[in-house]
Amino acid sequence: MELLSTSLLDWSRGQFALTAMYHWLFVPLTLGLGIVMAIMETMYVRTNNEQWKRTAKFWQNIFGINFAIGVATGLILEFQFGTNWSNYSWFVGDIFGAPLAIEAIVAFFMEATFISIMFFGWKRVSKKAHLASTWLTILGATISALWILVANGWMQYPVGMEFNPDTARNEMVSFWSVALSPVAIDKFSHTVMSSWILGSVFIIGVAGWYMLKKRNIEFARQTMKVGAIFGLVASVLTLFTGHNSAHQVADKQPMKLAVMEGLWEGKNGADLVTFAIPNPNKKWDNDEKPFLFNLPSLPKGLSMMSYMDGEAYIPGIKNIIEGNYVNYHGKAEPSFEEKQLRGKTAIQALADYRTAKKNGDSNAAQQFKKILDDNYAYFGYGYLNSPDELIPSMPNLVFWSFHLMVYLGGFFILLFLVILFFLYKKTLENKKWLLWICIWSIPLVYIASQAGWIVAEVGRQPWAIQDVLPVRAALSALSAGSVITTFVVFLILFTGLLIAEIRIMLSQIRKGPEVEADTNEIH
Amino acid sequence: MITYSFLQHYWWFLISLLAGILAFLLFVQGGQTMLFSLAKNERERSTLVNALGRKWEYTFTTLVTFGGAFFASFPMFYSTSFSGAYWVWMLILLCFVLQAVSYEYQSRPNNVFGKKTYQGFLFFNGLAGTFLIGAALATFFTGSDFIVNRDSIADLIAPTISRWGNEWHGLDALAEPRCWLLGLAVFFLARTLACLFFINRLKDETLVERSRKALFTNGIPFLIFFLAFVIWTFIAKGYAVNPETDIVSLEPHKYLYNLLEMPIVGIVFLSGVLLVLFGLGKSMFDKNFTKGIWFAGLGTVLTVCMLLLTTGYNNTAYYPSSTNLNSSLTIQNSCSSEFTLTAMSVVSLLVPIVLAYIVYAWHSLEKKKFDIKNAKEDGHVY
Ligand code: HDD
Ligand code: HEM
Ligand code: HEM
Repeated sequence: MELLSTSLLDWSRGQFALTAMYHWLFVPLTLGLGIVMAIMETMYVRTNNEQWKRTAKFWQNIFGINFAIGVATGLILEFQFGTNWSNYSWFVGDIFGAPLAIEAIVAFFMEATFISIMFFGWKRVSKKAHLASTWLTILGATISALWILVANGWMQYPVGMEFNPDTARNEMVSFWSVALSPVAIDKFSHTVMSSWILGSVFIIGVAGWYMLKKRNIEFARQTMKVGAIFGLVASVLTLFTGHNSAHQVADKQPMKLAVMEGLWEGKNGADLVTFAIPNPNKKWDNDEKPFLFNLPSLPKGLSMMSYMDGEAYIPGIKNIIEGNYVNYHGKAEPSFEEKQLRGKTAIQALADYRTAKKNGDSNAAQQFKKILDDNYAYFGYGYLNSPDELIPSMPNLVFWSFHLMVYLGGFFILLFLVILFFLYKKTLENKKWLLWICIWSIPLVYIASQAGWIVAEVGRQPWAIQDVLPVRAALSALSAGSVITTFVVFLILFTGLLIAEIRIMLSQIRKGPEVEADTNEIH
Repeated sequence: MITYSFLQHYWWFLISLLAGILAFLLFVQGGQTMLFSLAKNERERSTLVNALGRKWEYTFTTLVTFGGAFFASFPMFYSTSFSGAYWVWMLILLCFVLQAVSYEYQSRPNNVFGKKTYQGFLFFNGLAGTFLIGAALATFFTGSDFIVNRDSIADLIAPTISRWGNEWHGLDALAEPRCWLLGLAVFFLARTLACLFFINRLKDETLVERSRKALFTNGIPFLIFFLAFVIWTFIAKGYAVNPETDIVSLEPHKYLYNLLEMPIVGIVFLSGVLLVLFGLGKSMFDKNFTKGIWFAGLGTVLTVCMLLLTTGYNNTAYYPSSTNLNSSLTIQNSCSSEFTLTAMSVVSLLVPIVLAYIVYAWHSLEKKKFDIKNAKEDGHVY
C-alpha cells in the first residue's frame, strides 16, 4: 500500500524535521536577543548615555536580519500540518488548531506591528513609546512561543479532550486543561529560558571577538556585562526548568525517558548515567550489555531526577514492552501486546459503531460506543504491529542529544561565572583564551538547543499524539515522490537563505556598531 | 441565543472577512510586480521597495492568521485542501518564503545573491502569489476532485480520511477556465490597488504620474476578468445542500440566487463593487484625488467577503467536490466542535485590540507622505 509505505513516512518526517530544525536555528536567537536588545534600550532611556543607544541599535539590526528568516521558515511549518499530516489535522485539529490560531491573532500581529515602530519609529514616536514598542516586540515573540508550545505540549501529553465517534476525531472539552497543562508550562519555561542562554552566548561571543580585535571596547564591555549577567540567570533557570521537564517526561512518556538514559531494565532507585557509550547492538530482547563503556553512575540519581524520590521505580525499555510493573502512581501497566489488543478492539469498535449508526441500529451503536470508550486510552497502539515500533527508531541519537545538552548546560553556567569574575576584576580583555572560548561557544549553544528538540521529538516516536495516534496514521495521502521533491526544494532554499543570512550577519558584525548608528547607512 | 449554527456562521464570516482583508493587502504583492516597470532607475525602485517594505508584514501575517483561523474553525478544510491541492499550496508558500527575506536582505552587503535576485523574488511572489491565491479561491465555486471518508480512520492499512482524486494535486485547477479568470482578476486587482497606494503615499511626482497611467492598463483588465468570472459564476450551476438530508446536488444559478435570497449580502456585494469602481474611476480622471486606495480597499474587502459568504451560507457547500458530491465540505460538516468554536469566539473578541494598535502604528509612522530622503533618518532602509 502506498499509504503505509515507509518511504512516504520517512520523507514526511524528514521534511518536518528539516523545516522545524531550520526554523529553530532562528527562533531561539529571536527570543534571546529580543530581551537583550530591550534591556540595552532600557539602559539608554534610564541613563541617557548615547553609547547604550548605539549598542541597542546594533543588536536590533542583527535581530532584524535573524527575524526575517525566522518568519520565512515558520510559514512552511504552519501549513505543513495540513499538507503533510492531514489525518492528524482532522483527528486532533479541534484541539490543536486553537493554540495555532491564538498564536497568530494574539502574538504574530503584536510582533509584526511593534517591530515596525522599533525599526522606523526612532524619530517618529517618543523615547518611551519606542522603548515600549521594543518590549512589546519581544513580548509578542514570547507569547507566540507560549502558544506553539502549548500545542506541542499537548501532543506529548494529550489532555482536555474526548473522542467523538460521529465526527471521527478528538474534541476539546476543557480549554484550560490544554492551555495550562503542566507539560506545556514546563516546555514553555525551559524552551524560552534556554533561548535566553542562546542569545547571551551569541552576544558574548561577538563581544569577545571585538575584545580580541581591540576595537569598539565600550560597546563590547556593555555587551559582555548584559550577556554574562542575563546568561547566568538564564542558565540557572534552565537547569531548574530542564529538571522539571525531565520529571514530566518520566511521568508522561516513560519510554522517552528510558531511551534518553539508555535504561533497558528498570529498578527502584535507578542510577543516573554520568558518561557512557551505548551499545549499538543492544535490543530489548537480547542479552547484550547496555553500554560499551561507562563511568560510574550517580546512585539513585535517575529516580531523584524523575520524582525527587530516591526509591522511585523507573521502568526500562524492556519493562515498558513486557508490562507487569506498577508505575509511580500505583497503576499496573499492561504489556505492549495487551495495549495493542485493546487498541485494535477500540478501532474495530469504532468501525462497528459507525456501521450500526448508518443502519439506524442505536442499541448496537451504544454497545460499541461503550467498548470504544473503555479501550480508547490505547487507541493508537492498534495501528502498531510489533513491540519494536514502540521504541524510537534512533535511540542512541536521543541518548547522545540528551547528555550533550546537559553537559553543555553545566558548561554555560561555568562560563558565565568565569566571565563575571574577570569582568569584576576588570581583566577580561587580556584573557585571550577565555575570549576564544566565548567565540567557540556560539556553535555549542546552537547544538545544545537543537539537541533539546531532538530529545523531545525523536524521543516521542512513534507517536504523533502520545498513545493516541502514531505518525504513520497521521500522514497525508501523497506519493513519496511529491514529498521528496518538496524536501529537496526546501533543503536547497533554506540552505541558500541560511548562507546569505550568515554572511550578511558577519559583515554587519565586522562593520561594527558605530557605522550603523552614526550614519544610519545600511547600503 | 448562541447556537452551534450561529457559531458556524460567525466563523465562516470571520474567515471570509480575513480573505477580504488579505485580498486588499495583496496590493503589496501587486506593487512588487511593478518594481521593474513603474520604476525606471535605482532611486525610484528603492522608493517603491521602501514604501512597500513598511507594509509587507501585514499581508504576510494576515496570510498566517488566515491559515491558523481556518485550522481552528474548519479543520476538515485544512486537512483536505492543503494535502489535496498540495502543489498549489506549496507554490504559494514558497513564493511567500522568498518574500519574507527579500526586503531585509536585498541591500545588505555580502548578501550572496545580489540585489537583482532578491527583487526578482519579490516580483515572483507578486506574480505567482496573487494568481495562485485567486485560482485557489475559484475552486470554492468550481469544485475539486477529492473524496472524504471518515470511516477510513478505522482502516488499519489505509487510515487516511481525505484523498485527492488525481496525481496533479491541485494543478488540475488550471484546466478550469474560471480559475484562470479569477487568478488573473486578483493579479490585476493587486496591481491596481498598488497604483492607488503609490498615488496616496508617495511624494515623488513622476512615480505618482506613472501610477495614474498604470491604473488604466491594470484597472481595465481587472474589470474584464472579474466581470467575466462573476457572470460565468452566476450563470453556472452551484453546489446546493439539502438541509434535511445533507445531500449535495448541482443547482442552476445557485450563487446568484444566494445573493438574491440574502439581500443584505447582495447589497453589500454591490456596494463593494461600486466602491472599487468609484475609487478607481475617480483616481483615473481626477488628478488631485489621492484617496482612491481607501475606497477601492474597503470595496475589495466587502466584495471578497460577500463572495465567500455566498459559498458558505444559505445551504451551500463552500469547498465542493465535483467528482464526489457528497464529500463536499459545508460549514456544518467541516467545522470544529461547539466547544472549540465557542472558545475561539471568545478569543476573537481580542481582535479590536489588535486592530487598535495596528491603526496606532500605521498612523504614527505615516504622518507625512513617503519620501526616500526621510527613510534614512528613520533608521532602517531596505
Ligand atoms: C519556542 C518558540 C517557537 C517554536 C517551538 C516554533 N516557533 Fe514559529 N516562531 C517563533 C517561535 C516559535 C517566533 C520567535 O515567534 C518567530 C521566530 C522568529 C520570528 O520572527 O518569530 C516565529 C515565526 C513563525 C511564523 C511566522 C510568523 C509571522 O508572520 O510573523 C510562523 C507561521 C510560525 N512561526 C509557525 C510555527 C509552527 C507551525 C511551529 C511548530 C511546528 C513553530 N512555529 C515552532
Ligand atoms: C522548533 C522547534 C521544533 C523542533 C526543532 C522540532 C524537531 C522535530 C524533529 C527533529 C522531528 C522529526 C522527528 C523524527 O522524525 O524522528 C519533528 C517531527 C515533528 N514535530 Fe517537531 N520540532 C519542533 C517543534 C514542534 C512543534 C512546536 C510541534 C507541534 C506544535 C511539532 C510537531 C511535530 C510533528 C507533527 C512532527 C512530525 C511527525 C514526526 O515525525 O514526529 N514540532 N520535529
Ligand atoms: C542543564 C541541564 C538541562 C537539563 C536537565 C535539560 C533537560 C531537558 C529535558 C528532559 C528535555 C526534554 C523535554 C521533553 O521531551 O518534553 C529538554 C528539552 C529541551 N532542552 Fe534541555 N535541559 C538542560 C539544558 C539545556 C540547555 C543548556 C539548552 C539550550 C541552550 C536546552 C534546550 C532544550 C530545548 C530547546 C529542548 C526542547 C524543548 C522542550 O522539550 O522543552 N536545554 N531539556
